[in-house]
Amino acid sequence: MTASAKLPDLVGESVSRVDVREKARGSAVFTDDVQFGPNLLHARIKRSPYPHALIKSIDTTEAEKLYGVKAVATGADFDGRIGLYLQDKHIFARGRVRFVGEAVAGVAAITEQIAEQALELIEVEYEPLPAIFHPEQAIKPDAILIHPDLGEYGVANFIFPKPGTNISNHFKVRKGDVEKTWKDCAAVVERKYYIPHIQHVPLETHVAVAQVDQSGKITLWSSSQSPFAQRDLIAKALGMSPGNIRVISNYVGGGFGCKAGVTMEALPIILAMKTRGRPVKLCLTREEEFFTNFVRQALVIDLKLGCDHAGNLLAMQNTMYWDGGAYTEYGVNITRAGGYSSTGPYDIPNVKTDSYCLYTNNTVGGPYRGFGMSELHTGVEQCVDELADAIGMDKVEFRLRNVVQGGDILATGMQMHPTGIKECIQKVTEAIEWEKPLPALAPNKKHGKGIAVMWKAPAMPPNPGSSATIKLNEDGTILLGVSGQEIGQGSFTVAAQIAAAELGVPLESIRVGGPVDTDYSPYEWQTVASRLTWSMGNAILAAARDTRRQIFEIVAEAWKENPDDLDLINGVVISQKSEREIPLKDFAVYGIPKANFAGWIGGPIYGRGRFMPTYVTGLDKETGQGERAVVHYTTGAQAFELEVDTETGQIEIIKAATAFDVGRAINPDLVKAQMEGGIVQGLSSALFEQMIFKDGVMQNPSFVDYRIATTMDLPTKVETFIVEEPQDDGPWGARGVGEHPMVPSVAAIANAIHDALGIRLDGPPFTAEKIYFALHKG
Amino acid sequence: MSERQIRLMVNGNEEILSVPDHLSLLRLLRDKLALTGTKNGCEAGECGACTVLLDGEPVNSCLVLAVECEGHRVDTIEGLSAEPVMQRLQQEFIDMNAIQCGFCTPGMLISAYALLLRNPHADDHAIREALLGNLCRCTGYERIITAVKTAAGKDR
Repeated sequence: MTASAKLPDLVGESVSRVDVREKARGSAVFTDDVQFGPNLLHARIKRSPYPHALIKSIDTTEAEKLYGVKAVATGADFDGRIGLYLQDKHIFARGRVRFVGEAVAGVAAITEQIAEQALELIEVEYEPLPAIFHPEQAIKPDAILIHPDLGEYGVANFIFPKPGTNISNHFKVRKGDVEKTWKDCAAVVERKYYIPHIQHVPLETHVAVAQVDQSGKITLWSSSQSPFAQRDLIAKALGMSPGNIRVISNYVGGGFGCKAGVTMEALPIILAMKTRGRPVKLCLTREEEFFTNFVRQALVIDLKLGCDHAGNLLAMQNTMYWDGGAYTEYGVNITRAGGYSSTGPYDIPNVKTDSYCLYTNNTVGGPYRGFGMSELHTGVEQCVDELADAIGMDKVEFRLRNVVQGGDILATGMQMHPTGIKECIQKVTEAIEWEKPLPALAPNKKHGKGIAVMWKAPAMPPNPGSSATIKLNEDGTILLGVSGQEIGQGSFTVAAQIAAAELGVPLESIRVGGPVDTDYSPYEWQTVASRLTWSMGNAILAAARDTRRQIFEIVAEAWKENPDDLDLINGVVISQKSEREIPLKDFAVYGIPKANFAGWIGGPIYGRGRFMPTYVTGLDKETGQGERAVVHYTTGAQAFELEVDTETGQIEIIKAATAFDVGRAINPDLVKAQMEGGIVQGLSSALFEQMIFKDGVMQNPSFVDYRIATTMDLPTKVETFIVEEPQDDGPWGARGVGEHPMVPSVAAIANAIHDALGIRLDGPPFTAEKIYFALHKG
Repeated sequence: MSERQIRLMVNGNEEILSVPDHLSLLRLLRDKLALTGTKNGCEAGECGACTVLLDGEPVNSCLVLAVECEGHRVDTIEGLSAEPVMQRLQQEFIDMNAIQCGFCTPGMLISAYALLLRNPHADDHAIREALLGNLCRCTGYERIITAVKTAAGKDR
């Protein structure tokens, strides 16, 4: 794909979303909206009050006797372990609990109230154990072991747990010689930052409904970013064939990573196995949503960064301690992603990285928009600012000098593809008027500007696949089958655009089929990693080409022409040679009659396509080196202008500007909508958000105490820019951008605060209280 | 658990239902009448996803008991979608790309609708204030505010 090739109509057009009419009318169906009738049972979960304890006994006798209770389940019912990359978790706790909120027992009853009452009747005897709440304590050689059986767990071959420790993964990068280089540096900055736990806060909490039929087949309705991965993980844990599990997933009311993989979805299945035929629903309360499922794990990042007099980065030492929580089945891969991307988007000749995932007795870490990159860049981008200051160089100039460019050999040995990061930096610095001095303010008001750059690769196994189907209806309209989920990002709209553009049909003739149903929808690995436009998009392109081939074969046979002379334009097949025309609706299903009633040609048209990256290589366990660590990197930059009131510590964001190299924007307005939403989620995490724990108990599990950005917290002005340096294997050059917009926000705001006040806090959130005390200490 | 018979108007239709004392209006709408456009985001009155009109005023339906609605009028997104002002808001939300996952959308629209009824020319600040209780995690709000502003600017 070259930049100069002509693009078909619809590619690069900001068409209206395909899902919004039903969403605006309240008729879009989410999982909790599916009607199950009067036989539906309601589940509630008994949870551990201890961060770490042995379960001595569980007595469910009284609960089972309560009127209306249909099933009670505990860890005794299933001994299988579950986990995406590391199988370290039981569905219900067995023998030991490792965090406050862990599922210990479950009840299915005819009403939620009865299920709640039954929980009170379940007697659990615990023996409390010492607990660990900080990753730096967890890594100490004498730390108690949270998973003594770590060596027995199933694990993916690119994850490296250390049995006999609390380390669930250790990812290393070794490039050049860091130790020898420090003496050559004109300036070296050493800093440690603490990034707290935060929560995804989708407006729709987790919900799953399970039904097990008399033959044992399972149907699961769940609000899920990964119906197929869920099916596979649950099948493995239960020792079943995935073919005997069917996952159906409707619109998802926000995911941001927390609805990837399996968190609570297996719980109602265990109960439904005991209530054969009757479906069991588990819908998490907002309080449960905060701390019983995935959260964004905390990070302690210890950085040392050096450069020469001219401002060339020479060496980085980066040690990351990820607080994976009680079960790190997913978090281990965030640790890996943090490791192979540990330099940030910079060309650094000497790198030593140790990225550790640690078990603690905190709540379970999982994927969150950015997959570790916001946390990583919060550290790296503040150090880069300090280093530029240390040698007296402008911070933008310093970045332009060091950012990664096409052809650079990255820290892992992979060669970087062309990237538009410099253009992104230029766009945001122009928008924020980087060099223009800010006007003087009242004595208690200080102005500041800050910038941060970023990169992120889709973090996934080397071989995540996508597939797509195209089914023609009798009237020539099209049912597009995909299993990339519509979680708000606009995937269905972009899918329809790609299909219509490649097929040669009007956009209005395409309907994206839903809900995703693993029995009938094509395979998709997961809706994560900002991978759909690229990966699912490629599968749709392949399906569209397959469909066109079938269409042309039928028409060519009927017209006795060469298929190569045919084209499909706006839903009509035309011959370049004979100039004959036939609309799809005339033959899509029933075919074309031969002359003189001599029979028929054709039949129902059903196209299919697939895509899977085949070129990602393994990385050496000791050095992190390998030919190609990832499929590609999306890069970008973000800048903020803010005002701080030194008497209150209050921050007001005046201006925000952001730019990302998306390769090709299939729908530019959707890209901009992602950028705008991402900036606000990013500033929310920078200014407000933190899960506060006391002895493993979350102290603020409500929207009153865990504040997220509202209509009153927005920047006065936001500018967004699309940069397009095409991706060699993306649809018309496209690569993903869903997660990226919130990645640089915390660092850019921290740098703006430093510009305004000359202070740096040791981690977000940069609350008014913290700013005030930092300014008025002593 | 005692039940009580109540009579109320929902989207212009009279409904006579037997409900438990503790049942919320939110649960009544969703579980008894299958009006699932009203969303359950927190059941604590903190997110606004369950906003409906009670006698024309926006309320968090999770905080209202069904039995309190005896003799009152309730309007949800399903019914209000027939109203011209709501339709104009919906069209602006669509044109502005102000909807992503869509879970907060019905509540957001109803808060905006109630605002425009009492203040047809609501300005930026009034809109931000009226939507303060409606959380959205996807859009960053700006497009929602612009959509309401545009709808407010269009005289009926």
